[in-house]
Amino acid sequence: MTALSVQNLSKTFTMHLRDGVVLPVVDNVNFHVQPGECVVLGGPSGAGKSSILKMVYGNYGVDAGSIVIQHHGQPVDLATADPRTVLTLRRDSIGYVSQFLRTVPRVSALDVVAEPLVIRGVDKAEAQGRARALLARLNLPERLWSLPPATFSGGEQQRVNIARGFITDHPVLLLDEPTASLDATNRAVVVAMISEKKTAGVALLGIFHDEDVREQVADRIIDVTAFAPRIAA
Amino acid sequence: MSTEPLLRVENLTKYYGTRLGCADVSFELWPGEVLAIVGESGSGKTTLLNSLSATLEPNSGHTLYRMRDEQWRNIYDLSEAERRFLVRTDWGFVHQNPADGLRMTVSAGANVGERLMAVGDRHYGHIRDTALDWLGRVEIAADRIDDQPRSFSGGMRQRLQIARNLVAGPRLVFMDEPTGGLDVSVQARLLDLLRGLVGELGLAAIVVTHDLAVARLLSHRMMVMKDGRVIEAGLTDRVLDDPREPYTQLLVSSILQV
Repeated sequence: MTALSVQNLSKTFTMHLRDGVVLPVVDNVNFHVQPGECVVLGGPSGAGKSSILKMVYGNYGVDAGSIVIQHHGQPVDLATADPRTVLTLRRDSIGYVSQFLRTVPRVSALDVVAEPLVIRGVDKAEAQGRARALLARLNLPERLWSLPPATFSGGEQQRVNIARGFITDHPVLLLDEPTASLDATNRAVVVAMISEKKTAGVALLGIFHDEDVREQVADRIIDVTAFAPRIAA
Repeated sequence: MSTEPLLRVENLTKYYGTRLGCADVSFELWPGEVLAIVGESGSGKTTLLNSLSATLEPNSGHTLYRMRDEQWRNIYDLSEAERRFLVRTDWGFVHQNPADGLRMTVSAGANVGERLMAVGDRHYGHIRDTALDWLGRVEIAADRIDDQPRSFSGGMRQRLQIARNLVAGPRLVFMDEPTGGLDVSVQARLLDLLRGLVGELGLAAIVVTHDLAVARLLSHRMMVMKDGRVIEAGLTDRVLDDPREPYTQLLVSSILQV
């Protein structure tokens, strides 16, 4: 059964503050991701890779098309779902490791990582235990765990973000350049974690500019330039 | 999440004489859900909040509330006694100015304890213990329990107002610019506190704010108001990251970066 199915997706931005200029982003996007597969969105910067991920997560709206996700064994179209349904999908079925961590003042790195489990009703102590294990695996120094990540370096924040995205067993996981600010050791850890997700049957959709990492994790590469909007002359 | 909403608002319209306050507002709110209402001064957000909380009577439309006995009631059809009971027991209202929501000349402990008495608690020891517990949760030192809020800083007053509103276990809390007028460091602390409490208690909340950062941090969904009407609504991060309406784009693009 397909875990994620994107069909005929199209997106434009209308910039009302720039005299209503319409920026076409992507058109007629079609792809599927199966459980246990890591599909990579390829193409140059500005081709719309991040926009596709954001649409699949419900962060950007879509102009047309469908984004069907298996949610507790039922197909749900996220493109037309109401906000409550999108939040339920995010809680249980679709995870997202964004490029940058949005920090909340005063919340510790440990609690940032544990939060997705706590929201799902996992006991706080257990969630923190699993958060500790992940942060240790990602080599984040233990003295940082109790601090809010706002003052962390780029690589440290990214590892907090990765741990937060990987802590749940969501069947669909989106990755926006999760290794961009990591050193070789931690890149290898993330590659291993992605392999484990695949073995566990998770469907992954990601953007990886690092060729090494991409070669190690990608089962297929989708060329996003194929979805470039044809601008009417 | 619950399968039934807590609040159903249908075509709410309020005029002040011939001047429009808010028009044709409809939405539903579920338990555990935080809704932010954003817009500039004069956009109708406070009018809407006051209409929703039965402080104002609208000219037309309904606000249906699911009572604890599962009966749906139009809050404008309630008797004055019923309404007052609802406001004291099932609802909270956090005002922008703490002086509007607190009794400034009675002690902090009494400000919190009073709400427990309103729901029938008569045991002094229990009331004081619960008040102490709540002062701790909003980070007010125990030795300030007998002080009047007049002697508190703005941030402390606001935290006391929150404790007073949450102590009786409301199901729905209205907040009008809860962080307005506070220093940014005090704001951050208050926001973090509110975020934690709302999540922990599974409250439904409607937060009026002109601060989009507050909306992003606290709310699941948001409604953007302009000239008394809701012009855009949806998932908070979607409205903020992919705004559709010209006015919403203007609001989002006007945020100062630090």
